[in-house]
Amino acid sequence: MRLRPVLTLSAVLLFSACSIQPWVKPYERDRLADPIMAWDRDAISSGYMDHIRESREGSRGATGGAGGGCGCN
Amino acid sequence: MARRQRIFARAAVIAALLLVRSTSADVLPDDRADLFYSKYSGGGMDITGESALVRKKITENWAVEANYFVDKVSGASIDVLSQASVIKDTRKQKTGTIEYLHDKTTYTASYINSVERDYVSNTASFSLSQDMFGDLTTVTLGYAKTNDKVGENNGTAWVPIIDWLGYAQTSSYSGGISQIITKNFIAGVNLQVITDSGYLANPYRSIRYLDSSNPKGYSLASQVYPDTHTSTAVTVQGKYYLPYRAAVTASYRYYTDTWGVVGNTVELDYTHPIKNIWILEGRARYYKQGQATFYSDLFPFADSQNFTARDQNLAALDNYTLGAKATYAFLPDGWKFFKRATVTLDISRIRFNYTDFRNIKYYGVPQYPPGTEPLYYFNATVSQIYVSMFF
Repeated sequence: MRLRPVLTLSAVLLFSACSIQPWVKPYERDRLADPIMAWDRDAISSGYMDHIRESREGSRGATGGAGGGCGCN
Repeated sequence: MARRQRIFARAAVIAALLLVRSTSADVLPDDRADLFYSKYSGGGMDITGESALVRKKITENWAVEANYFVDKVSGASIDVLSQASVIKDTRKQKTGTIEYLHDKTTYTASYINSVERDYVSNTASFSLSQDMFGDLTTVTLGYAKTNDKVGENNGTAWVPIIDWLGYAQTSSYSGGISQIITKNFIAGVNLQVITDSGYLANPYRSIRYLDSSNPKGYSLASQVYPDTHTSTAVTVQGKYYLPYRAAVTASYRYYTDTWGVVGNTVELDYTHPIKNIWILEGRARYYKQGQATFYSDLFPFADSQNFTARDQNLAALDNYTLGAKATYAFLPDGWKFFKRATVTLDISRIRFNYTDFRNIKYYGVPQYPPGTEPLYYFNATVSQIYVSMFF
């Protein structure tokens, strides 16, 4: 069975993950905590831009933005 | 006949489906209040948007948020030119959200109601966000369900007569991982699958087919869409803190759906603060898509195939965006119970190019027989200004 090694490896990774030590310590995250590193600083604004694009494009989704939006015909 | 007005509500619903938040689950975000104004001008359309948002923590574990959005549309786009009417409508959207933080998990539930005279939409969504592995990883899962009532205005822009055409249902399933890679670099992956069923066509857009009995050389007919649609989108993104205080974000999205549309999006963003007073941001975005399998700019004859569309959203197209944003902290040290306050101006310029959607404004011009008109393109400007108060 080819599946067995995959399952074994998955199980090892899963259980070893329980003991993962953070390689970036909390005191090293000051830069990551800077507001300029936020994925989305302004939910209304990003939702609005998503909305405009989805009104004009065939694609949608997976933008990680928030709701809201404008009307675009 | 007042004609068309609609995709706009569907797009609002889809935007609402994206409510999965990528917040860190250790603490709830700050309380804030926002006043927002926006204007979109392009392709013959003018759209203004006004919004107010209030977010408040009730305790350290519970927060509520309310958002009210009104947008007003007026103008006559390229589709309308083919059907001789003017658009004028208002959409009102109300959103209520409640968040609960328990240990390292944030649970979010939202309800959205969007109403315009020919379209009513209600969405309920739920998501959870979990920090794990020493808070290096945030996993987000979300589900949303939308019910829409779809109508068509067969009156005028000023005296509407609404014919209700049917219903549409949408389910959205989303998941995302945000991962701290180094002390300067964070990466993320988002996946979203959306399924629709019911009345999915835009009643305000028409196909055209060759018709020698018509002086224009073509005639118009209603679009016929499949009554199901499933899309899958995956985004990978990274954000890097530069050696000086500034950040670069890059993202790529791949999109595919059961209607044959394949889209690719790349985006690059640079954020540069100046002291604690200004945050300046510049961005560039490029998007390209192929056409849906049942799309054609000009069909050979009426009823030439089961499904037919000439909606410009389903045409082959590309667009590129250049944008700039400036945020000014006018109360950097706070005032009374406000911790800080900012005002933001954001301007984007977008160029749309269609590679198989022709400019029917040229119909009847002798040198442009049907199917040889110049390809359509237009420029749009999107302006936003908003005040944010944090408390």
